[in-house]
Order: sequence, then C-alpha cells, then structure tokens
Amino acid sequence: MKNNIILAGVGGQGILTIATIIGYAALDSDLQLKQSEVHGMSQRGGDVQSHLRISDKQIFSDLIPYGKADIIASVEPMESLRYLPYLSDEGWLITNTKPYVNIPNYPEIEKVLAEIKKLPRHILIDADVIAKDMGAPRAMNMIMLGAIASLMDDIPYDKFQKGIKYVFERKGEKIVDINMKAMDKGKEIAAEKTK
Amino acid sequence: MEKLLLLGDEAIAQGALDAGMSGIYAYPGTPSTEITEYVQRNPEAIARNVHREWSANEKTAVEASIGMSYAGKRTMSCMKHVGLNVAADAYVNSALTGANGGMIVAVADDPSMHSSQNEQDSRFYGKFAMLPVLEPSNQQEAYDMAYYAFEISEKYAVPIMIRLTTRLAHSRAGVKRRKPLPEKDIKLPEDIHQFVLLPAIARRKYKGLLAMQTKFMEESIESPFNSYASGNDKSMGIIACGLAYNYLQENYADTPCPYPVLKVSQYPLPGNLVGKLAEECDNILVLEEGMPFVEEMLKGFFEGPHKIKGRLDGTVPRDGELNPNIVRLALGLPDLTGKPVPEVVAKRPPSLCLGCPHIDSFKALKEVLKEYGDGHVFSDIGCYTLGALPPFKAINSCVDMGASITMAKGAADAGLFPSIAVIGDSTFSHSGITGLLDAANENSNVIIMILDNHTTAMTGGQTSPGDGKIEDICKAVGVHEDHIRIINPLSRNHEEFLKLLKEELDYEGVSVIIPRRECIQTLTKKNKGRLK
Repeated sequence: MKNNIILAGVGGQGILTIATIIGYAALDSDLQLKQSEVHGMSQRGGDVQSHLRISDKQIFSDLIPYGKADIIASVEPMESLRYLPYLSDEGWLITNTKPYVNIPNYPEIEKVLAEIKKLPRHILIDADVIAKDMGAPRAMNMIMLGAIASLMDDIPYDKFQKGIKYVFERKGEKIVDINMKAMDKGKEIAAEKTK
Repeated sequence: MEKLLLLGDEAIAQGALDAGMSGIYAYPGTPSTEITEYVQRNPEAIARNVHREWSANEKTAVEASIGMSYAGKRTMSCMKHVGLNVAADAYVNSALTGANGGMIVAVADDPSMHSSQNEQDSRFYGKFAMLPVLEPSNQQEAYDMAYYAFEISEKYAVPIMIRLTTRLAHSRAGVKRRKPLPEKDIKLPEDIHQFVLLPAIARRKYKGLLAMQTKFMEESIESPFNSYASGNDKSMGIIACGLAYNYLQENYADTPCPYPVLKVSQYPLPGNLVGKLAEECDNILVLEEGMPFVEEMLKGFFEGPHKIKGRLDGTVPRDGELNPNIVRLALGLPDLTGKPVPEVVAKRPPSLCLGCPHIDSFKALKEVLKEYGDGHVFSDIGCYTLGALPPFKAINSCVDMGASITMAKGAADAGLFPSIAVIGDSTFSHSGITGLLDAANENSNVIIMILDNHTTAMTGGQTSPGDGKIEDICKAVGVHEDHIRIINPLSRNHEEFLKLLKEELDYEGVSVIIPRRECIQTLTKKNKGRLK
C-alpha cells in the first residue's frame, strides 16, 4: 500500500487543495489519515510541504520518517528534490516541470531535471502547459493529483472524483468538470509513463 | 459518536466547545491561530454566541479570560509561546487568584522557529507558576484534554495550561467527539476575596497554592494521559513527553518497544513513576519536544547512578524540533535516510507577496536613507520583518512585539539620527501604543512608520485591533496632528512618499507616517468572494 506522500511546492501554489482531496478520498475509503500542513511565515512564497499518511492501521507520527515516503509529488521541479531524504528506495518522484522562479539564484532547469532523471522511478509532467492547452490554466494541481491517484491502487478512482466534487462543488458544475478532466488527463499521462 | 478530521489546534477548540466553553480570547500567532479561528467559524459556537472576537494582545486575552472565569463560566485563552511572555503577568498571577469557572491557557510552542523569533518551552512557565500542564501526544488527546482540563481546573480552582507544538498544531487526524456539555451559568466566587491579591491575601493564597502541589502530583500519577509500559530490556528506560511519544511509537510500529516507557502528558512530573523507571532501568533516555525540561530536572547538579541521555549529552540535538528520525537515531536504530538533497537545490526563503504595499514603503525608505548609511531602522514582528532579507535589506532589528518604537526612542536618546521605527498596524495596536506614549511624552526625535494594511497579515488576515483608529490613537497619546502623515504606498506616489519622509526627517520630534493600503492577500480574497 502506498501510504506516505509528500506534497511539495511553493507557498500559494495550492498543494493543500491536492492534500484535501486525497484526504477526502482516503477517509471515504475508510482508511486512517494524518495530514500535516505548513502555516505561517513560509506560506509567503517560501518552500512548503505537506505530509500525507494513509493507512488501514493506526498511524503514529504526523511526519513521514526519512526513507519512508512512497511518493514525492511536487508542483515545482526544484522543490521535488528538497525532500529526497524522505523517499524510499522503491518510491516515486512525480513533478510538474514548470519552474517557479521567485529567487535570484534559481538553478538552471536542465540541472534540476538531470537530478530528477537520475532517479529510477520518476514522472515528469509539463502540467502548466497541459492545463493551459485544456483551457484550464488553474487546474495544474489537478493534473498532478491525477498522476498521484494513478499510483494509489488502494483508493478507488471514483473516491478522488468525489473529492473533487466535495472541494469545488460550491464553485459550480463547470469548475468541477474542468478539474475532473484535468485529473483524468494527469492519470492518463502517468499511466503511460509507468507502463 | 461523530468523528471529525481536525488539526491539533482545532481539536482543542472543538474539545473546549463540547465541554461547555463560553468564551475564547486570543491574539493571532503561529502556530496557535487556528484554535480561535475554528471557534469563530464553528456554527454551534456562533449559534451559542460563544465569545470569539480577537483581543488586542495576549495579556488582554488572558485577563479577559480570568474575568470570565471569575464570573463562573468556562473559558480559554490561546497564544503562541512568545505570546505567553506578553501574558506572563496575568498567567503567573492567575495561579494565585485561581479560577472559578474552568480556565484553560492553550499555548502552542514553535520549536525549530518555523514562524518565530525563539523556541522557548512553555512548560517552564507552567512550573514557574506552579500550575498543572497538559501536553497532548496526538489530536484525540488534544480534544480529550480540553474536556479534562476544565474538570481539574474546577476541581482545584486553578487555570490549566495545554501546551502543544507546531507539528501537532498543524496536523490533521480523525477525532472522536464526546457528548457535549451545557455552558455554565454565572456564579460568583464563594470567597469574595479570591481574586484580590493584596499582600495579606496573596500570602494566604500562595500557601494554598504550595499546599496544592502534592495534589497536582497525585493527579499526574493518576492521570489518564500518563502511563507506564514495562519492557524486558532494562538497560534503558525511556521518558517520552507529548508528541515525542508519537515519534517513539512510530519507530516501534511493527515490533514492540523492548524498553520500559513512561509516557508523560501531564505535569508536574509523576514522581513515583519516574522513580519506578529509575529503579528498574540502568540508564534513562528523555525524549521531549522543546527544551530539556524533564532532562534537567532528572540530571540535577551531581552525577547520579543513572546516565541520563537526551538533549544535554548530545544523544538528541540540543535545539530544534524532534522528528521520527532523530528519535530513531537516539534509540540506536539503523538510519533509513534516503538520498541526500542534491546541491543544485537552492534555499527558498519566504518573501513579500507581489503587489505587497510594504514593498513600496521599503523602496521609499531605502532611498531616503541612502545619504545616512545603514543601521537606522528598527522594525517589528509581521510580514514586514521580511524586509530584512534581500533585495530590501531595509531593517536592522526585530526583537519582540512593539520593540521597534521603543528601540527607536532609546537609540534617539543615545543620539542616533535618523532613528526610525517600522511597525505594522496590528503590532502597533498589540504593543506599540504605550511605546509611542513614551516617545511623545519626551518629544523624542523619531519617525514611526505604521505600515497600515488593515489586517494581521502574517497569520492569515485576522482583524487588526486598532483598524480605523490609528491616527486617533497617535493624536490621543500626544503626537502633533501636523506630523501624522498618511500616504498610499503605490509606485505612482513614490516621489510624494520621498518628499513626505524628507519633511519629517527635518522635523525634530515625533513624526508618524502611515503608509496605508490593503494587504494584497486579503484584497485578493475579497475580490474572489465578489466574483463568486
């Protein structure tokens, strides 16, 4: 069971929305859940992470121990590497490839991607471009969610769909639909790459 | 009973609400803010009209909470660890007045200083005040403890502290609710002198508090939150406090812990259980989140028969928060750390938001001060503290809430010119007003810039206590109205901003400049709301 997920990104990129939907899907599947969040100063454009732990057994630590993350999923490429000490030997790194440059010393993107490609199990997704092509530029994080969902065999896909409905329902059917499609797309891409 | 997915902060709030709390009092501060915010948006709390407005600062919060307790109702005040410094006078003396209605002081510490200027450990305050302290190890305990805290608070007529730390405060888990209790009716204290700390009464009250210490100890020994688990390997005994107990369990999730373990979630330390552990085991490992509070007590000054391991002997790092890995290594278990972080990864510190009004204020300030060199700007606690970082490097101090104004005054007294304070509107209302009074009384040669963005921004946009009253407050404490200047910090007003700053630099006396523009975060939120 893939049950330890680190979500990474930059404050304001919407990783908590991803966390909320996965959390919803986990609870709806009668699984236990712990989800740690970053609040306060770091939310202002700093690096942020959320630890999600899902299990059919009791979960103790709110933080994922080093070497125990099954998935690192990042909405920003450099941020995906910040949490490598957490990744297990069999773990997957999934990341959006679009850099979020708000620091003067942001490294060359080729060097960042080269580091990611060293990992035996990684999925690179140009999620911003795909979202834009779909006419849903703000659904980048839902594409990433779809990729994560494709690796989480223990939670039925319709539970994620229900999670999207739960989060976006009050914004109207159209928004739900767009986000749903973005998640489908992310799932499809990841499935292709993990074949 | 219903199960909710709650942050540790929210679990305390829900527990207190279900236990019949009538009022919560707080000033926002990471990682404690979500306790009060949860009550503010909770439909039951709104229907019951539980008091839930923000207070001007932590001291006014705890004092108001003592007042509600005086009136016989259950009440809670909440703050971050450094907020307890502000409220310390009220908290420490509340140990002598005691409580009437159940009273909880919930304090969230921030080890590793994720959003704070230090990592002080509030358990020391509990010991200092000689009051019981509860320290939850998970969200369910946080919920249950709020219930329990009101009970023992009323049983002994004393306030009870619940201490938690960042990771528990900001982590969600399922929490089982209990049967809600009704709120209490107004009932004044039986002893009308209970809250009158005149020396003669205070001496009597203090003897009472001292006499209660053995009772508090007995409560700790009987506490449902403290427990002793035996183990076969007596070479080491473990004391695991609060959240550290969780990290210990994480490392023995698959195989049972071989060592005897004393779980501590209620203080004072349960003496006989510590004694039992010492009797059974050769050495003792202390795992605690924060400072070596328990470890120092055990270690004392002279070498005892046991080796005490923990933060003081380097088994656990001396500073910073715990995590499962640190605990793992302290237990001597194999390191599971994955690959190192590649060198290519750069640090990404927090920064001011695009469009933040503070950016314009710092630009103007930097430009006008160029001719005087660096080192003239005293700042305070808020988003604008980020002005210390590149590209601005615009401020030279950040000490505690309100210290910008008083430090600028002290430096001006020493002869520094120019001497400038930069403080936010919320921090000004929290602790800046009295400092401005000092400066006005002596007509100190200072410029006080009150960056007014109409909110308490850093903690997520809570009400700013002095909003709409800033100029009036400045006038009232004695700043001349000709030297209270307001400007809209936009790039098109940059020249005007410079002119205004120069004029006030030429004025010998207290000037207040108020760059006023709404926080870009709260503005964006509002606009989104309108579009919906």
